Amino acid sequence: MLALEMYRSLPRHVAGKVVGGRVPGLLSGYAAPLRMVTIDQPAVARPGWARLRTRLSGICGSDLGALSGRTSLYFSGLVSMPLVPGHEVVADLVDDCEDLPEGTRVVIDPVLGCVARGVEPCAWCLAGATNRCDRITVGHIAPGLQTGYCSDTGGGWGQVLTAHRSQLHVVPDAVSDEQAMLIEPLACAVHTALRAQVRRGDRVLVSGAGVVGLFTTLALRSLTEAGQITVVAKHGRQRELARAFGATEVIALDGALRGVRRATGAFHVQPDFGPGYLLGGVDVAIDAVGSKTSLETALHATRAGGRVVLSGMPAAADLSAAWFRELEVVGSYASAGREPGAGDRPAFEVAAALVADDVLAPVDGAVASYPLYRWREALDHAHAAGRLGTVKVAFDPRSSR
Amino acid sequence: MSRPGFVLEVDDRTPPLVVHEGEGFRLETFPLGTRVIYPPESLPAVPDVDQAIQHALRNPEGSDPLPELLFPGMRLTVAFDDLSLPLPPMRSPDIRQRIIEAVLTMAAAAGVDDVELVAANALHRRMTAAELKHIVGERVFRSFFPQGALYNHDAEDRSNLTHVGLTDQGEDVEINRRAAESDLLVYVNVNLVAMDGGHKSVPVGLASYKSLRHHHNSKTMVRSHSFMDHTKSHLHHSAWRMGQLLKEHLNIFQIETTLNNEVFPAPYDFLMKREWEWSIKDQGSMLAARRALSLAPARLRHKMFHDLRAPYGLTGVHAGDTEQVHEKTIAAVHRQQLVEVHGQADVLVMGVPYLCPYNVSSTMNPILATCMGLGYYFNSYRGQPVVRRGGAVILYHPLKPDFNQLHHPSYVDFYEEVLAESTDPAVIEAKHEQNYAADPWYVHLYRTSHAYHGVHPFYMWYWAAHAMDHVNEVIWVGADRRAVQRLGFRAASSLADALEMASDTVGRSPSITYLHNPPHLLADVR
Repeated sequence: MLALEMYRSLPRHVAGKVVGGRVPGLLSGYAAPLRMVTIDQPAVARPGWARLRTRLSGICGSDLGALSGRTSLYFSGLVSMPLVPGHEVVADLVDDCEDLPEGTRVVIDPVLGCVARGVEPCAWCLAGATNRCDRITVGHIAPGLQTGYCSDTGGGWGQVLTAHRSQLHVVPDAVSDEQAMLIEPLACAVHTALRAQVRRGDRVLVSGAGVVGLFTTLALRSLTEAGQITVVAKHGRQRELARAFGATEVIALDGALRGVRRATGAFHVQPDFGPGYLLGGVDVAIDAVGSKTSLETALHATRAGGRVVLSGMPAAADLSAAWFRELEVVGSYASAGREPGAGDRPAFEVAAALVADDVLAPVDGAVASYPLYRWREALDHAHAAGRLGTVKVAFDPRSSR
Repeated sequence: MSRPGFVLEVDDRTPPLVVHEGEGFRLETFPLGTRVIYPPESLPAVPDVDQAIQHALRNPEGSDPLPELLFPGMRLTVAFDDLSLPLPPMRSPDIRQRIIEAVLTMAAAAGVDDVELVAANALHRRMTAAELKHIVGERVFRSFFPQGALYNHDAEDRSNLTHVGLTDQGEDVEINRRAAESDLLVYVNVNLVAMDGGHKSVPVGLASYKSLRHHHNSKTMVRSHSFMDHTKSHLHHSAWRMGQLLKEHLNIFQIETTLNNEVFPAPYDFLMKREWEWSIKDQGSMLAARRALSLAPARLRHKMFHDLRAPYGLTGVHAGDTEQVHEKTIAAVHRQQLVEVHGQADVLVMGVPYLCPYNVSSTMNPILATCMGLGYYFNSYRGQPVVRRGGAVILYHPLKPDFNQLHHPSYVDFYEEVLAESTDPAVIEAKHEQNYAADPWYVHLYRTSHAYHGVHPFYMWYWAAHAMDHVNEVIWVGADRRAVQRLGFRAASSLADALEMASDTVGRSPSITYLHNPPHLLADVR
């Protein structure tokens, strides 16, 4: 089968570290540790597992981070190489899988928890918090925090991958492939919105208006009683979508602190060196980018005792505000099988309901798909997605043009 | 003998004319037939200023002489106009210094020892110690400032405000408590233009937002035709009602001064002369100034202008009852500034200079430039506007979106947040004014730093409301295009382009009038 394979390459990794942050598009397009290969299909050796044929698989910010060397080495022990990336997947079952017959269209919850690994369930998996699984490096499959980071399962950037029944969610007929592919990122956004523990009337800042930021805005508006939701957006299309998804106010990055200060009546402090910050600010801030600037914006715009949620994979940043303002810094990774804030329903189920909402209709036209062999173009497009008004760039391994 | 103002019609012999544009000026060739309104030449100054002051204080209008109003044990407050007047700042000694010294000498002679001096800065920025010293003089400053008896009015200090009452139209009158509870309030004014003075002094200069909002709003501003004629200005009508209420509650002794048109010191005095009368020396000065300005870095250019101190001469000083005094003051202002103009024009051209009342030692940001051009200069008329309804206004100013963070913090937000959403004065007033007025950060900066109050940029925008309502087209020449767009206007690179753009509104052969100021002028449009 055809697949895009990520492999270990010290020179490319070093190049990524050195240049990736500055010109990630150039690097991932022409010097990424990624290649198009013909490989064997991943094998199904255990009950509960099945092969799937990919319809669409999205390019996530974490994929781009890994390819351009921006991902922390912390994760190097949680992946197995070489691997086929792609964890935002809509696919058809090639085999019967327990109660699901061959040909069923499904989306994948990419987390590879204890059940999928065939080990005794850890406390988190027992509690339904599969995204916190402590056993992601053991079991009968290679280490890998998710499908798309595990060498045994394959990923959505290949024609075929494997998944466990516990990962599969059936896609209703009324939902298009493009919509279905967005269920995974939307489930992450649902998890983020619930992790934020927003109370009635809370002021919330969403720093970033990529797909994570936009979907988090939608989830906040749909699932919480947030008051003012301020979204930091760079590009025109992002601003429009943020408003459509429920933002009360959309501001530019360079005016983010000023906008929050105005909205909250906070006091502004300008240190002798470095960026300014607020004394006062929003109740909850969500970093939906993971860059230093975005995370510091969230930290600097949150009131004392407020909460900062890390939704994007975080970069190194100045945490002084977290200490001085006694902020609660909360991580939000993937999504849980049981979300206490949503009546113990899986985040995927909540997301599947949201994805059919009319408010998401404009996003349908903002999904761009590429065949595998045009992967360089696809990655370039994904890097510039915000500027180009694209919400999601995806691979369609079935396509040859 | 100074010559009156006059209206020139541009013909073949007319040289290029000076047009101010921020921290610089250009020589512009106007189309044939353009009317150019020149201010009157400077009136002769009062020969003996101290004698004139003594005469005014001892022979007041509608009041007992000042010495008779002073008695031991009384509480005396002297309030005075802040640094927004005059423009440019006056060369030392400032006229307010000489009057305050005279008042304090009389108070001392009468055995008055409870005296405080308050700068009537309303919602303007607090003046620095040096700025206060420039106004009141070294001697008064040394005697009062260290003791805390010379200070800026704080319109946000609830403990030092008194709600005097409501006017017959329900307007709150809330002013400085010390002033309201004094046995005598002496107000020392500089009546640079006809808009100043009268009941615009105490009820405005010493008021709080609660009081000011009744007349500083878009509805009142748009109906003030013009601000320079208090009998036709709704803003002034409101201030007058407040002043009349105050008169029932406290004794006010108003001292008003008028200045001549000596705006520019040498070597910039050529800017006050008519271009065809420039001597060789004037032409040399003009060329040198242009060369220096073109070569100087922005910071030096800023300094060259903002260090100017005007050699103003006093043309009159009147004291006593506010309204009686103001009648005489207005007559003096008219003598110096009034120019008779026949009929309205299709297009009004104005150059916006480097300075307005709110950027002394600071930056003229786009909002202030708009206020200066469409607010103060557009309203420099009596009778009817110089430009016809539905006409066009062409302004010159670079409109660089540079903001002084110390003085104008709320302006930045107003520009980025409010104007990005709407430029309609009524809309922004309804949606945003309260938020800015009550913003605790702006209040903090106003009270403790040197920042204009949070609501101040709104007022600046309201000043321009009448002009925006009156004309169909506002075009800025030589301005930053993005800033012009943000302000809701149009940008042109030259006068010819601006006229071409305006042709949709006023046709291809419009009548054009150029307001040649500064120095200050008031067009009496018949």
